[in-house]
Amino acid sequence: MKRLWRWLIPLAAVPVLALLAYGFRVSPRDIPSPLVGRPAPAFTLATLGGAPLDLAAYRGKVVVVNFWASWCYPACYEEAPVLERNWRGYRDRGVVVMGVGIQDKREAAEKFVGDLGLTFPVAQDLKGTVSVDYGVYGVPETFFVDRQGRIRLKHVGAVTDEVFQTTVDRLLAEAPAQ
Amino acid sequence: MSRLVVAWLATLMLLGATVHFATAQSSKAVSETTVHDVAAQLRCVVCQNLSVADSPSEMASQMRAIIRERLAAGESPADVQRYFVDRYGEWILLSPPRRGFNLLVWLLPLVAVVVGLAVTAALVWRWSHRPRAARAMPVVDPAMSERIRRELERES
Repeated sequence: MKRLWRWLIPLAAVPVLALLAYGFRVSPRDIPSPLVGRPAPAFTLATLGGAPLDLAAYRGKVVVVNFWASWCYPACYEEAPVLERNWRGYRDRGVVVMGVGIQDKREAAEKFVGDLGLTFPVAQDLKGTVSVDYGVYGVPETFFVDRQGRIRLKHVGAVTDEVFQTTVDRLLAEAPAQ
Repeated sequence: MSRLVVAWLATLMLLGATVHFATAQSSKAVSETTVHDVAAQLRCVVCQNLSVADSPSEMASQMRAIIRERLAAGESPADVQRYFVDRYGEWILLSPPRRGFNLLVWLLPLVAVVVGLAVTAALVWRWSHRPRAARAMPVVDPAMSERIRRELERES
């Protein structure tokens, strides 16, 4: 009986330690989005140039929606050239890249776009409604939308060439929308 | 002339009343308490361990504006909460809903308290009910007690 107790108390700590070990290995920022597989929320914003940017207008194309901010350093500054490079490479193959700037002053957003030489359409989500519709909790976050208009992948953090190309190639290989 | 002015004024007042009526119709008055109550249930997404009601961040203030707008459009607080859960998952709720696996979070502390009380009670009972033999005075060698008595006498 006494022997049993001597073992039982340290053994009771094992599940607690296991839980802690699991908890500390998981990033609190890695939250699965319930939106993956669901239709991308519609939005219409104005680009910095003043043209309307309507997601629905690009149905049938593979759309990459990137949420960014000028104050998001360095991740947004790292990924902007990646997005620009791939936008140039893929734009003739039915791929659209668009940037949605959140929580930014207009001048700061314009400076970001100018400094990095971005040519894909960029709009500002001034009221935060689009970012909440997409369940954005930080920048950068990128959503890959297939030709049927469904969100297929949410990427948290800077987009790399590899993530962009493997995802977009896979979505392009799928049957086009009717 | 004066009749024209009166007619103008009457038209203006009518217009004003219509506009007022229309805005009152389209947006229900929303109490800040309700907005706060909904916001207090939601996790501020850019800061850890703060509610949308408590966070000074811009994202949280935009979220409060969205809550206010949705309530004004006639949604119930539960509808607004569902809107956020649909987009962010249950992660957005500061307290997990009391069902399924989440019940563990609510029940485990209670179980721990009960187990702790039981262990404490058992230990206290054991300490206060020691076997008689253990409590008996240690036997002192008569020669030793004789020596102590003698030394004490010499001291005084």
